[in-house]
Order: sequence, then C-alpha cells, then structure tokens
Amino acid sequence: MEFFRLKRDIPFMRHALIFNLISFATFAIAVFFLATRGLHLSIEFTGGTVIEVSHAQAPELEKIRDAVGKLGYAEAQVQNFGSSRDVLIRLPLAKGENAGQQSEKAMAAVKSVDPQAQLRRVEFVGPQVGSELAADGAMALLFVVIGIMIYLAIRFEWKFAVAAIVANLHDVVIILGFFAAFQWEFSLAVLAAVLAVLGYSVNESVVIFDRIRENFRKMRKASPREVIDNAITSTASRTIITHLSTEMMVVSMLIFGGPALFYFALALTIGIVFGIYSSVFVAAAMAMWLGIKREDLVKPVKKKDDEFELVP
Amino acid sequence: MGLAFTLGLLYTLPNFFGEAPAVQVSPGKATVKLGSEMPDRIRQVLSQAGVQERGLFVEPNSIRVRLADTDQQLKAKDALQRSLNPEASDPAYVVALNLLSASPRWLSELRALPMYLGLDLRGGVHFLLQVDLKQAAIKRYDAFAGDVRSLLRDKNIRHAGISREAESIRVNFRDVETRSKSLALLRDSLADIDWVELGEAESLSLVGKLKPEAEKRAMENALKQNISTLNNRINELGVAEPIIAQQGTERVVVQLPGVQDTAKAKDILGRTATLEIRMVCDSPEEVSAISAGTVPFGCERYLERGGVPVMVRKQVILTGDNLTDAQAGFDSNTQEPAVHLSLDAKGARIFRDITRENVGRRMAILLVEKGKGEVVTAPVIRTEIGGGRVQISGRMTTEEANDVALLLRAGSLAAPMEIIEERTIGPSLGAENISKGFNSTIWGFLAVTAFMVIYYMLFGVISSIALATNLLLLVAVLSMLQATLTLPGIAAIALTLGMAIDANVLINERIREELRNGASPQAAISAGYDRAWDTILDSNITTLIAGVALLVFGSGPVRGFAVVHCLGILTSMFSAVFFSRGLVAAWYGSRRKLAKLSIG
Repeated sequence: MEFFRLKRDIPFMRHALIFNLISFATFAIAVFFLATRGLHLSIEFTGGTVIEVSHAQAPELEKIRDAVGKLGYAEAQVQNFGSSRDVLIRLPLAKGENAGQQSEKAMAAVKSVDPQAQLRRVEFVGPQVGSELAADGAMALLFVVIGIMIYLAIRFEWKFAVAAIVANLHDVVIILGFFAAFQWEFSLAVLAAVLAVLGYSVNESVVIFDRIRENFRKMRKASPREVIDNAITSTASRTIITHLSTEMMVVSMLIFGGPALFYFALALTIGIVFGIYSSVFVAAAMAMWLGIKREDLVKPVKKKDDEFELVP
Repeated sequence: MGLAFTLGLLYTLPNFFGEAPAVQVSPGKATVKLGSEMPDRIRQVLSQAGVQERGLFVEPNSIRVRLADTDQQLKAKDALQRSLNPEASDPAYVVALNLLSASPRWLSELRALPMYLGLDLRGGVHFLLQVDLKQAAIKRYDAFAGDVRSLLRDKNIRHAGISREAESIRVNFRDVETRSKSLALLRDSLADIDWVELGEAESLSLVGKLKPEAEKRAMENALKQNISTLNNRINELGVAEPIIAQQGTERVVVQLPGVQDTAKAKDILGRTATLEIRMVCDSPEEVSAISAGTVPFGCERYLERGGVPVMVRKQVILTGDNLTDAQAGFDSNTQEPAVHLSLDAKGARIFRDITRENVGRRMAILLVEKGKGEVVTAPVIRTEIGGGRVQISGRMTTEEANDVALLLRAGSLAAPMEIIEERTIGPSLGAENISKGFNSTIWGFLAVTAFMVIYYMLFGVISSIALATNLLLLVAVLSMLQATLTLPGIAAIALTLGMAIDANVLINERIREELRNGASPQAAISAGYDRAWDTILDSNITTLIAGVALLVFGSGPVRGFAVVHCLGILTSMFSAVFFSRGLVAAWYGSRRKLAKLSIG
C-alpha cells in the first residue's frame, strides 16, 4: 500500500508567502490569547493545594462548593475530574496555614456533604517551590533552544538553525495559545510535553534539511527553490506516516490514559499536528528567505568529478 | 543482536512475575536492634504457626519473608506479632505487610529485579521538606556563646558582655590586655571559630564567626541529623519501604508508599521534642513510698533500658529542643567512654540551676516514643554544671555510649523543617493509573503495528518486531538501573514508541525510493539503511537535547518522564537500525537473486 506516489514535485515554495501569512496569523492569534487570557497555571507553578475526592455516587457540586466556600478561601475551585463521581478541589495558598491543615479542612467540608467520600489524592506545593519550578521550566526551554541551534549550526548551517528554531518556537507558541484560549490547565507535565514536541518537530525539520543538503549535491542545476520543493515532496510521505504513527500513540493516550494524562496528551496532539505544518511550510520557507545557497551546504572542497549525475 | 535480545528478555522478566505477599520485620523503636539470631527466630515462629516461608531476605534494617498467598501472609503477620511483641501496647518490632518480587531466586541473584513503582502507581505519600539551616546555625552560635562564657569564667577573665548577633558571637572588653589574653584562650579552645578584633579605646570587642569549612560541616551534620531523626520517627509508622533522602543542600524528600493517613504522618514528621530531662524521685519520703510498693505523688514509673523500673517526676525540666548535640567520646580524666551533650543558652542556664540545687541526686533522660517514655540513662549529678556542656559517664562500653548519643540526637531535630510540597495518592488511584497507562501503551502499540504491517507488509512486520524489541530493551534497561517508574514514565514509554517508529519509516521509505529509482533489492536495502542512518542520528540527537534539558532542569514528575524518554531514544536508535537490519539480513540475506521485496 502506498498513499503518496508523487510523480512531480509539488511547488510548495511558490506559495511560501501565503503559508507564512497563515503562520503569522495563527501566531498572532496565539499571542493575543496568551496576552489577554494568560495561561491557566497549575498549582505546581502558583503554589496551593489540590484535593481529589471520589464519591460513591455523583455528588452535587453546588453543595460541595458551598461547604468549601465557607472555609473562606478567595479562589477555591470545585469541579469534576475525569468522571462525575470524582471531584477536584483547588485551594490557593493561605498564609499561616500549612498543607496539612488546609487539606484536612477541605476534607472535613467534603465529608459534611458526603460522609462516604474518599480521599484519592492531595497535592500541595509551597510558594518557593512554585516559583522555582517556573524558573526551571524557563531554563529548560532556553537550554533546548540553544542546544538545538548549536547542534544544527554545526551539522548544517546557521540559517537552518535559525529557520528550525523559529518554526518550532512558532509551534510552542501555538500550543500555549491553545492552552490560553481554552483555559486548559498548564502543568509541569504539559511543559514536558511542549519540550518533547520541540525536540520532536525539530526532527522533522532536520529530515527535510538533510534532504535539501543531499539534493544540493545531486541537483547541480536546480535553483534553491526547486531543491527545497523536491526535498519536501520526497520526504512528505515519511513525514505523514511518522506523524500518523506518533499521533496514534498519543491519541491512544488521550483516550485511554485517563484524566491524569489528558492535558499531556492533548499538548502532544496539537504539537504534532502543528509540527508537520511548521517544518514543511515554515522552516523550509524561512530557510529560503534567509537565502540558503549551494555553497552553504556543499563544502567548497572540490569534489573529484568522477561521478556524473543525472538531473530529472 | 542475539545477546542484546537475551539480556533484554532476562531483565524484563522479573516485571512479569509481579509481586508476592511478604511480611517485613523491622525495629519498632530506636532502642531495638535486629540481632543476628532474628532470622532463626522468625523461621521458628513461622514453622510453629504452620506457615511455609518462600524465602527470607535479611537487609540492614529489616528482614523480609516471602509467602505463598495473602492468607499465609496474614497468618504469618499475626504469629510474628504475637511472639515478637508480647506486650501489644508497646511493640518492640514493626511487623508490616509488604510485597516482594515473585521472580525466581536465580533471577534475583542475577540482579534482575522488577522496576520500582513510583508513588503515583502504588499509592502513598510524598513530602518535600525544607530544612531551615539558618535556625540550625543560630542554635550553634547560641551554644558557642555558652562555651565562651564558661571558658572565660574558668580562667577568671573579665568581659563586658557576650552576645549572639545574627550569625556571629560578640564578646566585649574594656581593655586591650584582657582582650588579647582571651583571644589566645579562645583560639586555643574553640578551633572552629575565626576571631576578629574590633573597636578601640574603651569599647573593644572580639567577633567570632564559624570558619567556612566548619560551617559547611555543621550544615551537613544538621541535615544528616534531621534525616536520621526522620528515619527513627518513620519507623514508628511501620511503613514497608520508606524513602528518606537528601535533595539539594537543604531539602529532604520523604516517600511513604502505602501510607494513607497523612495527618498522622505529618504529625510524626513535624514533631519537635521527644527527649525529656526530668528528675528521678529519690527524696527520702519518695524512696520509702516506693519501697512500700506505691507510686509517690507527682511521680511516674518508667523502665530504664535493660528493664529496671525507675520512678521519675512528672515535671519536665528540659526537652530535646534545648539539646543541640550529643556525641560519644571519652572522659578526659578517666578515659572511660562517655557521652557529651551540648545545650543551648536557655538549656544551659536551666541545667546549671538544677544541678546546683540537686548535687548527689539522679536525673533521668527520657526518650518519648509513641507517647511512651523510656529512660535512656539516669546519671547521678556530681557537681554544678554550667556552660551547657554536659558529660554522662560511668560504666559504659563504647557501643553503649554510641547508642545513647544516637538516641539523644534522634530525639531532636537539628533545624526546624517545613513541608513545602506534598502529594498523596490513594491506592485505588495508583492501580487505576497503572492500568490506564498500560492500556494506552498497548492500544497505541497495536494501532501502530497494524498500520505498519498493512502499509509496509513484510518490512512493516520487521519494523514492528524492532519496535517490540525496543519496548523490551527499554523496560530491561529501566529494570537494570532500578529506575522508578511513574505515570509520566509510562507516558514517556508510549511516546517513545510512537517516535521510535520514525526511524523505521525513514528506512522503509528510503528503500522504496531506491527501488523506484531502479536499484536492485539488495542494493536498495543497504542504501536505505546507510542513507537513513545519518538522518536518524540527526533527528534523534535533537530529541535527545530536549530530553536532557528536561532531565537537568526538571524535577519530580518531569524527571521521571525525562529519564524514560532519553533512555527510550537510545534504545530506539539501537533497535531500529541494528535490530531491524539484522532481521532483514536474516530474511533476505541468504538469497542471491532477489526479484522483489515485500515492502508494499
């Protein structure tokens, strides 16, 4: 079976400008949501307490909300988690109270509504840990960006490094934009997913760049634009298949992984979909705008002209 | 290739055996040790109870017995409980239910052990505690201030006041002569402190600060003492496999698998004083009352170590809060083993007053565990003791001195601690997480496999086998490293499998392309693998960079994800390239003339 039996190169680069405009628009929308709504950060970053309680029957959230509301926390949230029988209670940090007191008070409030309620999980993060985690997250992102750029600059050329990073940061911003727009919870696991996507979709760009380099060697007469078109076309099949298989895994995690893995899998899903788009349309186009030339990739060391090549 | 596969299989095996019920015996109190006769005693008790043991494992601080089923486990627990702890209200040993790997002994001997499940998979409590080392330093300076005071008084040097300021000690003097005399004395006797001369004319002073290396040592000791105190306290909980580890320079991680009662756990972790100093009831009236067989008014009956009863006053003179240190050593005069105690400034003052008024009488040091007190030692007061340095000596062996010092230290935390992170996961949630993580991996794997086989036919089968091998190797490596598997770790396994197929897709697509360009099947295979290798390497290295960043900067759940992710990338490169190539070579290699490849 084969989906992609492409006889001719698809002239991707002719439409590069349009693609870039689309990218720019999505990017701008994502930034807009990030700026106006902001990320709904999990307590791992903000500090606070999360309590997961399981009930024998679906409880009335309103009653629990009332009971918890009486505790006097400014922003206590009560919501269902995973199923209608599981309830998640989020409490902000409170001065002068430690984790134990907070969770016990909340649990007492829940028990007053449903004495059969069972504690499933408590998570407490103190304020200093929260800010540390946020700082570490930012450091990790920086490290990944710089690390990948250095590697690509050594392996290929600085123009590719810049193009790949711009393309993939564009992915990251779009994932974050989704999380901001829908106010999905942004937790450490989601951050891990974002970084994994960053590494993964750079992959994609690398595969195309690899092909571009190879084509520059083979297709002596072709213009950079033709070379890029050919590279994208010949790797398109692999790009789609690979992403499809990875996506299968991730979607299976989304379906079967339960609430604990949901946002993690969601971030990966979005990231992988946009990863395809960005490496094909953004990275290569960027590289073209930056003006890659044959001399950038094929080292000026004169090759012995003992092999003749045919250009299609 | 065969070797890697066999090793992979071997080290993955223990994970399939699951866990067998077991009973764990560990000391219930800090004063109890597991003797060398214990294993035999346990065997005897079990055989009397008609329980068949399936292996007995002796570990530094516990003994574990593997049993056939949960019935036997409960029976064994009851039997051991009865015979090891004759007094149920005051257990000397903790007999806890536990699980042990059920893999056969030969596998365990090869050090092939199953993966260790994280708390989110088995349920339990996780605490991250921040140790306030500044408080520890202040405590130490308080103690030093007491030392300086008593040193100067012993040599009859007149000073104009000693005070602790933030993190230094200041001693004031009125004339240069006394100051230089004191400086010489202090330098000699307190080697850990650096002194600086300050001021002029009438207001002269010496300011002392701990030397950097001494300070570092003090911090390390404080942290160590806190950890050992936590260890002792957690023993009370009867947790099967607690983890108490240092994280960074001032944090301690405590993980208690299977514990649900967080309130009690927190209570025990946070408790500050378990050490009490009280007077022994030995006034003439009290002694006559005791000999008449009654408990005098205001006294309590306690057992001394070794079982001798002692009557102790109810009034507590000092608690472990005031004890800054306890070390085993030797009496400087008699060279007999002794225990040296250091008290803080407040403790030193109270101690001086008490000792002055009670020369010749006995004082008891009690360690209170689980609300029950035990007299660690009850020495006679020989003289007034000022300055906060106390020595307990007399007819002790070196080992006894060490034990007493350890017990005294165990009662107090060197520095206050605060819980800055807490996670509690119920056991039902843990089991659910395992099955969900497992399911998503399996379904994803099946979907990918089915797709690959349909799309690439025989090469798809080979890719799928390589992918399965990747899974096998990854699990084997994780088991070998005894890494802790968490839910994010399972997610990373699934994700890695999804990404690993990339390498195979690259190879297969390349082979197809070569075939399309008219290469012969054998040439297409070799060109496909060779050309794809560069790309695979490049793309995996970028993914690896992201993984390493997560590993370096991540903490907790993210690190669990990153470890598996990084290892997965490495095993996938191996399995996708070497393993699948080996299979292809085995299938097609022997045929010289190959007309067609089954690649769809």
